[in-house]
Amino acid sequence: MSANTALAEKYRNNFLKEIEEQVEMGDWVKMCMQCGVCSGSCPTNFQSAWEHPPQELFMMIRAGKREEVLTSSSMWNCTSCYNCIVRCPRKLPITHIMHGIAEYAHRIGLAPKMQATRFFSGLFWKNCTHTGRVNELKLSMGLYFKDGFASGIKEGMKMKDVAIGLVLAKRLNPFELFGGHKCKDQKGIQAMLKKAYEIERSRKAAKMAG
Amino acid sequence: MAKHEYAFYPGCSSQKGASASNYLTSVESMCKTLDVKLTEIPDWNCCGASIGYAEAGELPRHVMNARNFALSEKHMPGQEIVATCAACWLGARETRERLTHSDTLMADTREALKEAGLTINEMPNIRHMVEVLIEDLGFDEMKKHVVRPLEGVKIAGYVGCQTNRPFGVDGESFENPQYLDKMVEMVGAEPIPEYEQKVTCCGGALAFSEPEKAQAQIKDIVESAYDHGAEMIVTPCPLCQANVEIYQGQINKTYGTKFNIPVMYYSQLMVVAYGGSAKDAALNGQVIKARRLEEIAAKPVKR
Amino acid sequence: MADIKVAAYICKGCGLGERLDADALVKIAQKDGKVPMAKSHDFLCNADGVAMIKNDIANEGVTHIMIGACSRRAKTEAFFFPENAVARANLREGVIWIRPDTDEARETTQEMAEDYIRMGCAEVKAMTAPTGNTVTGSSKTLLVVGGGVTGMTTAIEASKTGYPVVLVEKTGALGGWAAKLYKRVPVHEPYKSPADTGVGELVSQVLGDSNIKVYLNATVAKTDGAPGRFIVDIATESGATHTEDIGAIVQASGFSLYDMNKLPELGGGKSANVVDQAGLEALAVAAAADDGVIRRPSDNQPVKSVVFVQCAGQRDPSGTHLAYCSGYCCNTSIKQAMYFKDANPSVDTTIIYTDLRTPGNGEDFYRSAQEKGVIFTKGKVAEVVPGGNTSTVKFHDLILDDQDAAMLDVDLVVLATGQVPNSGINIDAPAATEEEGAVEIKPISILNLTYRQGKDVPQLKQGFTDSHFICFPYETRRTGIYTAGPVRRPMDIAQAREDATGAALKSIQALENAELGRAAHPRSGDLSFPKVRLEGCTQCKRCTVECPFGAIDEDEKRFPVFNESRCRRCGTCMGACPVRVISFENYSVNTVGAQIKAVDIPDEFSEKPRILILACENDAYPALDMAGMGRNEYSAFVRIIPIRCLGSVNTIWITDALNAGYDGVMLMGCKSGDEYQCHFVKGSELGRVRMSKIDDTLKTLNLESERVRDLEVAITDIERVPEMINKYAAELVAVGPSPFKGF
Repeated sequence: MSANTALAEKYRNNFLKEIEEQVEMGDWVKMCMQCGVCSGSCPTNFQSAWEHPPQELFMMIRAGKREEVLTSSSMWNCTSCYNCIVRCPRKLPITHIMHGIAEYAHRIGLAPKMQATRFFSGLFWKNCTHTGRVNELKLSMGLYFKDGFASGIKEGMKMKDVAIGLVLAKRLNPFELFGGHKCKDQKGIQAMLKKAYEIERSRKAAKMAG
Repeated sequence: MAKHEYAFYPGCSSQKGASASNYLTSVESMCKTLDVKLTEIPDWNCCGASIGYAEAGELPRHVMNARNFALSEKHMPGQEIVATCAACWLGARETRERLTHSDTLMADTREALKEAGLTINEMPNIRHMVEVLIEDLGFDEMKKHVVRPLEGVKIAGYVGCQTNRPFGVDGESFENPQYLDKMVEMVGAEPIPEYEQKVTCCGGALAFSEPEKAQAQIKDIVESAYDHGAEMIVTPCPLCQANVEIYQGQINKTYGTKFNIPVMYYSQLMVVAYGGSAKDAALNGQVIKARRLEEIAAKPVKR
Repeated sequence: MADIKVAAYICKGCGLGERLDADALVKIAQKDGKVPMAKSHDFLCNADGVAMIKNDIANEGVTHIMIGACSRRAKTEAFFFPENAVARANLREGVIWIRPDTDEARETTQEMAEDYIRMGCAEVKAMTAPTGNTVTGSSKTLLVVGGGVTGMTTAIEASKTGYPVVLVEKTGALGGWAAKLYKRVPVHEPYKSPADTGVGELVSQVLGDSNIKVYLNATVAKTDGAPGRFIVDIATESGATHTEDIGAIVQASGFSLYDMNKLPELGGGKSANVVDQAGLEALAVAAAADDGVIRRPSDNQPVKSVVFVQCAGQRDPSGTHLAYCSGYCCNTSIKQAMYFKDANPSVDTTIIYTDLRTPGNGEDFYRSAQEKGVIFTKGKVAEVVPGGNTSTVKFHDLILDDQDAAMLDVDLVVLATGQVPNSGINIDAPAATEEEGAVEIKPISILNLTYRQGKDVPQLKQGFTDSHFICFPYETRRTGIYTAGPVRRPMDIAQAREDATGAALKSIQALENAELGRAAHPRSGDLSFPKVRLEGCTQCKRCTVECPFGAIDEDEKRFPVFNESRCRRCGTCMGACPVRVISFENYSVNTVGAQIKAVDIPDEFSEKPRILILACENDAYPALDMAGMGRNEYSAFVRIIPIRCLGSVNTIWITDALNAGYDGVMLMGCKSGDEYQCHFVKGSELGRVRMSKIDDTLKTLNLESERVRDLEVAITDIERVPEMINKYAAELVAVGPSPFKGF
């Protein structure tokens, strides 16, 4: 049974409870009073990028619309600008709830496969945790080449001028491809992260069992 | 002994040769003049920024920041941590607050840190460079060192998101913070306090993954600066600086605009105003050259 | 009749001496006003000036005083001569402050002042100082009708203030609605959970108070008399009638819940598992007495899911159900939702609302409910379909814009219906006719007043008693009778207790003033009251029917009977009487008529028209005074006479004015209608109705109908009033001078 199926079964008829127990800051969702200031303050919602802006997502969670929420691309539009957080009259940590729902959807495999920010987010984390510091060149190339070699070249060419500008300004080092900055205690960092994942997973599993 | 000493957390983009290396250089020059000693936290790691969330989860993300606290506590006990990057500062401060408020989270964090042979006893305070400048040094102190005011230069203070929300600097309002305008004034230039795009998001990480969305916002930010007669933009965040600067060419192609406005760090303005050379201020690190500042920096300082 | 001696005093202070020729005014008082003693003074309101007047009264035999100085609304403490008739000519706010200080204006300004002196002298001669009613009632007992929270609070507060109370309750126990609640919405920090109702304590307090006499299973069979001397018959279960002497009455007859059976589409009356808020309280009380588990009525199984439907049969724009919001029901549903969550957090609890209104400290209460896991869904419920032991609630989810949203397998549905006031009989409603098939329950009278106008207190909107909301929200249209609590407007327990306290204080004020023969409000302390010359009365009943306060009854001979302590001294009766037999000692057809006739009317070639303005003392006259204080200018040709209310305007004044050659007559009074501002409720409306009938008279006089005007004025129209006057004056110039001049 896949993770998603097990969770859906366990939390059937109570998607809100699922969010509360499995998503970071999920216990705040019930405190929303549906005022809409978050949706009105969000810069990417202003561009109509969100299929369901935050206010609607909270209502959908309370209405049990599990499939629609978790497969939505909406949350991935969050740029972490924190406008919603500072204006929310109920002080919901909306930015983190959005990231939290996105992470959850990603974890159980329901997030939209072609979502570019989903891909980039995962890429970034893997990149920075690999050596403890971000390798900017490898990061960008990982992004451009995500759909294969040909499209990677195409993307690269599109960004050619930007790249050249940065190289000339000594803010992009082509030699990062072969190394780049890194932490010394990479082993320690990996062990530390492994432990952190272990603890977090077990806590979430305990909630599910309990 | 320097007047002010801090543990320094530069962040991934402010490393040598990285996308904000000009920021790093200018900060170093600026601190020299202000007698602020920054000691880099040995073996500091990435904060995860605001974009790592898909894989990071909650505890792993906090643990990454906590490692920096532990290292700082170990090597520079008693010193506060100063970050020059807005995202590093925000992420680290959030972690600090969460760990303060949740015993469970703190216990879990310590357990994970043990694997790296580290521990936390007391978490240091997390400051942003501009916080330190404004709150610890103060505008009067900063102004003392101005020997070459940037007279007649009109600069739009683009505060952006993460130094402003949710924590803010100097107790200012989220909707219209004035601190960057005051810094512009302090270096003798002409601020634009009514610059209404000053807290608009630049798109952050979406500039990489979904450029059209970010560039739509960046266009408004730059256009408004032009509308107010600005000849350059100043910012305290490395991602904002890069986003607002390097995509102007692409934006021109998409929207038919003719943007070519330099985007500076506050530290670069200060270095030039303090009499530093173009090299000290890392003006050569600009993709869009700040000609006006280069001219001023070339002039001798009136003693 | 004692000889009257009139003295006229012209003040020269506040610039009057510089702008006007005071000596000339003194001569006008002597010559035209025929006043034997007339003098001027530099600063009349100061100690010296007042002493002079007092000396003239004491030693010179002066009985009637005419003061030509500031407005009658100013310096009332200085010019306080309660034993004497006093008339005030408004030379300051009414003349020099509204005219420019220029050479060209000087002549007409002086003429204006001279006319006001003539008017003042004429008025004071027609006045006597009122002595007050000597036949008053002296009962200090308060009657409280209704033994719920409101009634009990009124009784306790009145008793604490030292007044005995008779409390009549129609059921067998005190407590009303509150006694049936399981718990109440909290009114103390931290506002997080339902609290004890506190009703038990209130009941003990009432029953233990020797000042309060309680009748249970009792109703008011008859209320006769007036404030200070009500005689109330109380009918009890046993059949016996008890008679009480009462000073003032508080009606706290409470409310009924809107009948749920009128909402079949929401399941009302269709299933035992669809209840209203009272029904839920009963279930909660029953559960508390048992194992604490609220059970669904159909089969006694524990409720696992409950849906609250807000605004059930309320806020209905179609007019089928209640049009208003009852205010307390959202807080109540939140409280009831907590009954479930506090006992068992896993009960699915949803409140479906369109707008959530949580007055008082309800925001904290609402947050607490969310923290407890109550789900708030913004939606409009279309239908509740009961089936077996559960129901389906179909609604339009307003956030997700889903017209087909539904909640299935709901064990219990609670409809938040609204408050319907127990106001008694609507005395203004047309006689009830039998409707086809519908058996309407005829309302029962609460007070059974023997007043000619009807058995209960008049209602204004939606069945609530008229409370004169703009100016005097505590008052009803019956002097000495106060309504309190939800019968007055929708409210919760906390508001009802406040309301009750206010009603207690007001009724104490009423009965104390009744004993002194004085009006309580709005003409505080007024000792004058209507006197009628019955020999001239034609028994037309206009005064009786038109009195806004039902102060006039009818005797066996069909003559009007005036009840002074029910009267608010507006003079509407005086305005209504076609044979002019009603008057007040200091305000009559003569006092105003004499003023109208005292004005000097120049001939039609002088280009100096004369415009009469009758301005009501509540809004219009203060607005005119304030226009003067702001130095707003208006026409030199108006002559303003303050009147108590447009309702007191007798048409003879208008006829006399037109006959005398006035070019125009304007009535200035407060707003009438459903959103009335008239301080006497119906006065300005009646005045305007009578005015509208004047067109025929005008035609017979061959006068243009534009000459007679009516202006609705609010007290804030400080700049507007001068504008309107000037506009009117200009229009009259266009119409041309009155053909009646010089006759």
